[in-house]
Amino acid sequence: MIKAEGIYKRIGNKEILRGIDLHMKEGEFVTVLGPNGAGKTTLLKILAMLTKASAGKLTIGGVTVDDNVAKMRGQIGVISHNSFLYDKLTAFENLRFYGEMYQTNNLKERIYQVIDEVGLQYSLADPVRTFSRGMLQRLSIARAILHDPKVLFLDEPYTGLDQHAIGILNKVLFKLNKDKRTIFMITHNYEQGLELSDKIIIIYKGKITYQDQAKCLGPREFKQLYLEQVGGKQ
Amino acid sequence: MNFLKQIKAIVWKDLVSEFRTKEMLSAMLIFSFLVIVIFAFAFDPARETTRAVFPGIIWVGISFAAILGLNRSFVAEKENDSLLGLMLTPADRSVIYFAKVIGNLILVWMVVLISMPLYFIFFNFQWAGSIPILALIIFLSTLGFISVGTFLAALAANTRTSEILLPIIVFPIVVPVIIAAVESTAIVLGSVAHGGLMSWLMLLILYDVIFLAVPFVLFDYVLEV
Repeated sequence: MIKAEGIYKRIGNKEILRGIDLHMKEGEFVTVLGPNGAGKTTLLKILAMLTKASAGKLTIGGVTVDDNVAKMRGQIGVISHNSFLYDKLTAFENLRFYGEMYQTNNLKERIYQVIDEVGLQYSLADPVRTFSRGMLQRLSIARAILHDPKVLFLDEPYTGLDQHAIGILNKVLFKLNKDKRTIFMITHNYEQGLELSDKIIIIYKGKITYQDQAKCLGPREFKQLYLEQVGGKQ
Repeated sequence: MNFLKQIKAIVWKDLVSEFRTKEMLSAMLIFSFLVIVIFAFAFDPARETTRAVFPGIIWVGISFAAILGLNRSFVAEKENDSLLGLMLTPADRSVIYFAKVIGNLILVWMVVLISMPLYFIFFNFQWAGSIPILALIIFLSTLGFISVGTFLAALAANTRTSEILLPIIVFPIVVPVIIAAVESTAIVLGSVAHGGLMSWLMLLILYDVIFLAVPFVLFDYVLEV
């Protein structure tokens, strides 16, 4: 589904990514771990076509990204710790706006469907500025899945979430994964990553230092391995 | 067709957000009103010299009010990182640019529509020109100003001092538009002798075409900075 070969990213003299090779199969759930500044978010931005790699090749669904970037963006969804929502619009207006940008079919029905999934059906007419952090993130999940993306990118999606919102996010991720959606998640919570994902990747100083099946190790062994890989940094 | 629908969606989103708070519009209107009052006191409306500088006063007011609006057009997208959300959509980057140009133009035209009669009242200026030609001058001049300004506002929004930086980078580039706007307005209002109007209008049209085409090509890079 996603194939990244020899991805480099340089900003000025600084090399953020140094030869990333990554292969994600359709329906695979990959979790990426690494200390701050390791290059995780930069990698996500390249995979999500938000920024271009300095060198390397990226293919999604067998198509080279450079060929049709705009169309391919329609196949991905991103959930970040920032909501990408507009405070002055209501929840419904935000979803309608994004739905129109993605040219989503049967938009009204789809909005009611995703808003139900995240449990915000009673807040649909409320302005987003009145939402709590948890509600904002739930609406952000609805926004990201509104156009039914084939690939979902998540950048530290658990940041600031309460237990209820974590439960909803896990439920949505589980359902998407069951529907054969490919998921790429960056998190600092390795326990969550081990529980949900098929594959675990550790990035350190712009390179993949470890990748294996998530079920190979338990949380305790994985923590030990992680600390070894990143030189003792959390 | 999708291109137009996406432009419409962004323009609608921007205008609805603006009309709910009226942050930009009220600031632009108050600024315009202050310019009118200050210049009305600074220049005696009864003097002949005031008649000569009247078109310049109008365009000082419009230009600075427009800068206030431009400053906010991309800074507002930084809240909740929503510009990133916009960039993730399958819309071409030029959709974002043209939608922002249209949104900014609508606000500037609203300010012009409300403030223009006040200029004539406060300066006791007897109208003697052609309204359609003045409307054409305003359309072409504001289009040129906003097309450059929107492009540079996107660039400046990535800096911490965008509100200071934007006027500094915009005004040197829009000098031809402001000169053409002032000169052609002066001709229409009869402040100077007739003649040369067509060449000023041609300059404005040429400028508009160039500065709508250049961002179309470069806007992708500006958003990536």
